[in-house]
Amino acid sequence: MISETAYPKVHHLSKLRLLKDNMAGSAMFTFTMVSVLLLVLIGAGLIIKSLPILEEKTLGELLLTSKWKPMRGDFGFLPFILGTLWVTTIAIVWTVPVSLFTAIFLTENSRSWVKKVVFPALDILAGLPSVVYGVWGILVVVPWISDRLAPHFVEFSTGYSMLTAGIVLGIMILPLMISLFVELFTSVSQELRDASLSLGATRWQTTKHVVLKKTFPGILASVTLAISRAMGETIAVLMVCGNIVQLPGSIFDGCYPLPALIANNYGEMLSLPLYESALMLAALILFIVVFVFNIGSRLILRRIEKSLN
Amino acid sequence: MKLKFIEEKIVKGVMLMTTLLVFLFVGSILFTIIKNGWPAMNWEMISSLPGGGFYIGKEGGLLNAIVGSLYIVGASTLLGLAVSIPVVFYLNVYLKKNSRRASLARLAYDVLFGIPSIVYGAFAFTLMIYFGLKTSLAGGIIVITLLIIPIFIRSMDEIARELPQDLLHASYSLGATRYETIKVVVRQIAPGIATATLLSIGRAIGDAAAVMFTAGYTDSIPASLGQPAATLPLAVFFQLSSPIPEVQERAYAAALILTIIVLILSIVGRLITNRFSKNKIS
Repeated sequence: MISETAYPKVHHLSKLRLLKDNMAGSAMFTFTMVSVLLLVLIGAGLIIKSLPILEEKTLGELLLTSKWKPMRGDFGFLPFILGTLWVTTIAIVWTVPVSLFTAIFLTENSRSWVKKVVFPALDILAGLPSVVYGVWGILVVVPWISDRLAPHFVEFSTGYSMLTAGIVLGIMILPLMISLFVELFTSVSQELRDASLSLGATRWQTTKHVVLKKTFPGILASVTLAISRAMGETIAVLMVCGNIVQLPGSIFDGCYPLPALIANNYGEMLSLPLYESALMLAALILFIVVFVFNIGSRLILRRIEKSLN
Repeated sequence: MKLKFIEEKIVKGVMLMTTLLVFLFVGSILFTIIKNGWPAMNWEMISSLPGGGFYIGKEGGLLNAIVGSLYIVGASTLLGLAVSIPVVFYLNVYLKKNSRRASLARLAYDVLFGIPSIVYGAFAFTLMIYFGLKTSLAGGIIVITLLIIPIFIRSMDEIARELPQDLLHASYSLGATRYETIKVVVRQIAPGIATATLLSIGRAIGDAAAVMFTAGYTDSIPASLGQPAATLPLAVFFQLSSPIPEVQERAYAAALILTIIVLILSIVGRLITNRFSKNKIS
């Protein structure tokens, strides 16, 4: 047995080391708590700031009427809410099939060199700043819609429309959606595929009846996640959507989504009564939608991850 | 031919088309930005401040926005790293694998990651009003730091979670404390830290919505944290709305600068993930 006196220094040192260990632990714990609390802080801040307008008007009045005259105290959010919903819907409708097929191609069919080319391209798409998409939208999509596409359907469109915003927004969420789908599909075990293929099913039949069926809840969750990402996108959409306060009639009309409302007006005319509160309410609506959608879809994706491992 | 084989062929064609569509988008965006930005690019554009008649098309450059962006991105990246590295260590070394606390924290970062930058901007602006701050470099740095912390944590955590538990146990069995074990962990997640940094820089430099009300815009280089700062995305945004073609061209030049930076970041990121993983045990 080693007597304690033989290693007094070691003993002393280890106390110091444990102290260090604990101190570092509590410092890191503080950092973690503070950064998690940021979420609560943002939510609380937005709620406090939107209270003045929520006390003055009913929620129905705010969300379901379309008169927007801040000078006269009319705050009807309906045009903005519909603008957000429309643009997001257009973006999602075309990107879901495109990303599904691309992700299936990448995981089920293609050779490895295809991945080596496609993933860097998706990296670039994911990394490009919002304003660059906006510039591209103005230079390419806007003229294409106003000169080529719109004349077939309506008499006149400036090109700054819901459809333009939906196209640009869709491209921006493509990389997110494809990578979520790829992750999902690769988590399906190869044995399941092999079983199906050995019964004589084609690759597409296997994909349809095994991979897609197995990952269906995950696909829904991924789409929800993409929706919440799309709803908050600001600058690119703002640059091409026209920024017209109206209840949109056709997809070739301009619109005015919630993020654009905040970006265009915040910081100005804040002396108007309730105006700041109204804009913060817009931010709060976005926050709540993103919060609920994110938690829901993340929990589903986690459960799937667990069940597959 | 059997129906299922015809279906297989059709679907394969569709898949090829959607994949090509992705390339078409990337190509079209890069081509458009380079085609419009390149003619407007010159030494003056990246080396001088806006001159007297800059906004009616006279001489000057974008140095104010370039330096402003670099200040904000540099400072917020350092601050972001300082906050997120301890968090990642706490989640992965101090807390047990599959601990409830860690999984709750991860959920919070997932949600924070999903919050639109415009909401961060609006929130930070109310904070600034509350503390009596004006639009300034400091405001921009704070909001961008908040914005990139979840990106940092999530992407580093993704690598750290794959850390073999045996590695930690080996370190503990040699008598190391958890704090000392971090030295081993750092080596394992170093490529993760590097790629997370690049990812965050990309997000930080491209964000316009959050700095809009917090950093403001100015024609000069900020001399202190209290002065407003211009940024590249806002330089694109504001100058594009000008009716004068010469001014619009500068927007294209600024967009080209941003695009080049993002391309470099993405190439370096690929190289790091491919090469620097040599210390990695998996």
